[in-house]
Amino acid sequence: MPEPLHVHLAIGSRFENIELVQIVLKDSLVSLGLEEDALHWIDIAVREAVANAIKHGNAQDPAKKVDVDLAIVGAELVIQVRDQGEGFDPGQIQNPLAPENLLKPNGRGIFYMKSFMDEINYGLEPGGGTVVTMRKRLPGLAADSEIGKAPGTGDLEGKQ
Amino acid sequence: MKVNLRQREGVTILDLKGKITIGTGDIALRNAVQDAVNGGATQVVINLADVSTIDSSGVGELVSAYTTATNRGARLKLTNLPPKITDVLTITQLITVFDVYDTEDEAVRSFAA
Repeated sequence: MPEPLHVHLAIGSRFENIELVQIVLKDSLVSLGLEEDALHWIDIAVREAVANAIKHGNAQDPAKKVDVDLAIVGAELVIQVRDQGEGFDPGQIQNPLAPENLLKPNGRGIFYMKSFMDEINYGLEPGGGTVVTMRKRLPGLAADSEIGKAPGTGDLEGKQ
Repeated sequence: MKVNLRQREGVTILDLKGKITIGTGDIALRNAVQDAVNGGATQVVINLADVSTIDSSGVGELVSAYTTATNRGARLKLTNLPPKITDVLTITQLITVFDVYDTEDEAVRSFAA
């Protein structure tokens, strides 16, 4: 059975910090025995979530943090990404597959997140900001296992 | 991401290597295509053989490259797509928008057709 996993990173809103998240994510998921393909698609989903938090949530203000939590809850990988922005309405997201949107240069990030993860939820933080929660069932982790704990009780602080 | 520009039989080949992701790779791609088209290139092939990762920003820049080239009277084609890049373009239905070739030889020859 894998070791309990819970990782918390707090990064400044710079795109280069996405690479830091990717390194920590990869290291964590490799330790769970995840295959390269599965890891790649989770990596893309997390990249998109963190990029959205930096670009749209925090408007690339390096003084604003993006918090990333990775945890195993039961048989699922749960990833939460929080920004300190003004929040947004998920209902405003356009369908990138619509003919009128197909050749637009943006608007595909959340679509990729939904494609590569099993579940995506958005919420607003009480003090402001958006939190996106992504879940991925991991083959090999026993359902209803006791490992892990809920995100939000981090034990590893990333650099800003 | 690194971009290498070369000419082959009148076709401008852009060899991309690394990650086409937000903040660096996407901008490098944009600049490379704009420089090529501004320099008079009308036949452009983007070689993706050594691209390890692409995100939505990178995909967006590929779309922009395609529309920029088309609007300027140039033709842009893609070749040597790694399977994961093919998957990313397929699920957003862009694989049918781009002119995609399995090999560089096929891509270059296609301009003469």
